[in-house]
Amino acid sequence: MSTKIKEAVRALLTEGKIKGFLGLREEKGNIMPYLFCDPKELDALSLGDWKKPGDTRYPLNQLMIKLAMAYPNETFAVLIRGCDERGLKELFKWKQLDEEKIVLIGLGCPDELAKACECEKPFPDSLIDGPKGEKVDSQKVAQVEGMDLDTRLQFWKAEFNRCIKCFGCRNICPMCFCNECSIEEDQLVGTGEIPPANPTFHLARAIHMVGRCIDCGLCEEACPADIPLRTLYKKVGEIIHQEFGYKTGLSVDEKSPFNIIEVK
Amino acid sequence: MEFKTVLSFCPYCGCGCGLLLEVLDGKIVGTLPSKTSPVNQGKLCIKGWTVHEFITSPNRLTQPMVRQDDALHDSSWDEALHLAATRLKEIKEKHGPDSIGVLTSAKCTNEENYLLQKFTRAALGTNNIDHCARL
Ligand code: SF4
Ligand code: SF4
Ligand code: SF4
Ligand code: SF4
Repeated sequence: MSTKIKEAVRALLTEGKIKGFLGLREEKGNIMPYLFCDPKELDALSLGDWKKPGDTRYPLNQLMIKLAMAYPNETFAVLIRGCDERGLKELFKWKQLDEEKIVLIGLGCPDELAKACECEKPFPDSLIDGPKGEKVDSQKVAQVEGMDLDTRLQFWKAEFNRCIKCFGCRNICPMCFCNECSIEEDQLVGTGEIPPANPTFHLARAIHMVGRCIDCGLCEEACPADIPLRTLYKKVGEIIHQEFGYKTGLSVDEKSPFNIIEVK
Repeated sequence: MEFKTVLSFCPYCGCGCGLLLEVLDGKIVGTLPSKTSPVNQGKLCIKGWTVHEFITSPNRLTQPMVRQDDALHDSSWDEALHLAATRLKEIKEKHGPDSIGVLTSAKCTNEENYLLQKFTRAALGTNNIDHCARL
């Protein structure tokens, strides 16, 4: 499946339109992020499908921010799926990346992955290869909503109680770019305890994902305690949609609800 | 310009989680959990996540050091080992072998751990040996 993507990247590199392509490389059975600067290296390109589609996705947009900070004048291409494209749209808005300096190399996700992700839009607009799959509604949010309030609170508290405070959810998140992080602030969320303040730690992060979480699921995949973080943040996204009519990552122009200061 | 991730292993505990060091132009700028590592399957604990922070710490020991009058000064392996051996001998003679305890690491190989318990029991003459996982 990678032929079309390889061709597109090869053309961009040979024409000198980009300095490098941030994608994934297969090396001795491992799949890892890599910046391809030479078209000759593209043979080792991987799309992040190891044993199952999309099971070796990495936060490429987060690495892209590091790269752009080191080389602000260069243009790069980056491998993106539907969620990554939603992420880029928000990152452009939040001025973490410059739209003019990023070329999107889009990959569509197969139904199997879209189902596992319960994905809003399993393909990017800038689709180069892969299917243009259907939206999948979330069963998991509905399941949790089906519990009465007490049971639901107990459910989340029991889940959060397993947290080992590795900060993996925050560290891997391509949308967490704050220099100072609230969930590390003693005055906001008590520090020095494991499990961390329950549910404050998790709700603080959930609130900070308003208008930012683009539902890529990387946090949940990185959680050693198997806490259903994605379901939590999906609900956050749902509330923002209901209350403000805002869908995170849908457009580049529309500002997110936490980005607007109204002076009356 | 070079930006790559290099597969490595967390040096902190015996699990040996696979991690990726993000290397930008020869400098380590971050850590990611390896998704293809069968051990940790894309997850790390907080120690693994912060590996890149200690690698470049100026507090890291890069050569043997010896403490003299409360101050550390640079030394050589010969001098440091000689000092350690002399002092251990003195302590053993004066206070007996059980006044010495040895702590080893879950990150050493089985062979290294075998060697150290042998040294502790046969050379020092004490059963006081334990490892970092119980610290
Ligand atoms: S969230 Fe959607 S776009 Fe992202 S990997 Fe899953 S199915 Fe693909
Ligand atoms: S799903 Fe998780 S990792 Fe992805 S954007 Fe949302 S909070 Fe961040
Ligand atoms: S990844 Fe899981 S265990 Fe780690 S801090 Fe986040 S919720 Fe807690
Ligand atoms: S990441 Fe944590 S669990 Fe894994 S090897 Fe390092 S210290 Fe051990």
